[in-house]
Amino acid sequence: MEAEMLGKLIDQVSGAIRDNADDLTKLDQAIGDGDHGLNMKRGFDAVTEAREEIIGLAPAAALQKIGMTLVMKVGGASGPLYGSLFLGMSKVMTEPPRTAGAAADLLGAGIDAVMSRGKSTTGEKTMLDVLVPVRQALAEASGLETKDALEKLRAVARDSAEATIPMQATKGRASFLGERSIGHMDPGARSSALMVTAVCDALEGEGAR
Amino acid sequence: MSGNVGIVIVSHSKLVADGTADMVREMVGDEVAVAACGGNPDGGLGTDVAAIQAAIDSVYSPAGVAVLVDLGGAETNSEMAVEFLDEDRRARIAVLNAPIVEGAVMAATEAAGGGSLDEVRATAEELSP
Repeated sequence: MEAEMLGKLIDQVSGAIRDNADDLTKLDQAIGDGDHGLNMKRGFDAVTEAREEIIGLAPAAALQKIGMTLVMKVGGASGPLYGSLFLGMSKVMTEPPRTAGAAADLLGAGIDAVMSRGKSTTGEKTMLDVLVPVRQALAEASGLETKDALEKLRAVARDSAEATIPMQATKGRASFLGERSIGHMDPGARSSALMVTAVCDALEGEGAR
Repeated sequence: MSGNVGIVIVSHSKLVADGTADMVREMVGDEVAVAACGGNPDGGLGTDVAAIQAAIDSVYSPAGVAVLVDLGGAETNSEMAVEFLDEDRRARIAVLNAPIVEGAVMAATEAAGGGSLDEVRATAEELSP
């Protein structure tokens, strides 16, 4: 059951990245170096290749394997950043979270790792501008029905990615553009929103609380 | 090779990394161990954590290793590579905040004179505003 769920998560997230790789690349061409879609696709293709091995692992080891695969295969800055997200979560993972609060704590550990790796925080037009509000929404979701909670998380992810459009980038390659980074969605925020949405889609109907 | 600080050059482009290493070798000959790596795991523009790790290992000595990087991902991937090294080596690696070509040449010159890792870092980082 656990392995089945993990496999479903991997398929859904990898599929979302694959289906939107061109879109991510276009966003990155506007304010970065235009390789985000290709890099993320390379990373998640490698995760998909290791799928059978990963779903056979204990939860912490599975997250670690996903993190290391992204670190080793992505080839751009998003490799260590997304890799750190999963490695950070693997360090606190004992058993799969059964409540929204436990999921918020898990995601929080990943976010801390991303912040320390990227020496970054919110408001700098990065993936953190999606992940942090999603974590907050998770922490506040405990009273909601599963379906409503998932709907809420998808909306927060989408709205938070859109909220990076008027921001000026102060971290990463986009910061070289200064004010010209305003008016474009951050590609990392977009890929984070895609991943959050994919996780929600996978959990839909799984009886997660 | 000597007990001098080694130099690793990490660029998104293999051509830039190799070219920079050529310039360094012309300056300091074989008094300083130099390794270059560039390109993502598929050989396109980008950087590769495993290749950076191998490059650091190839020039490692107890004097330490100075790593010169170009843009964003090269820095994050280099920091990641350092974290994957054995613990006793980790403290002897410095990812420098300096322009890649000029920084590499200055760092190697300092290293060739027997400078410590801190001295190599200071010399190269003087180039950054």
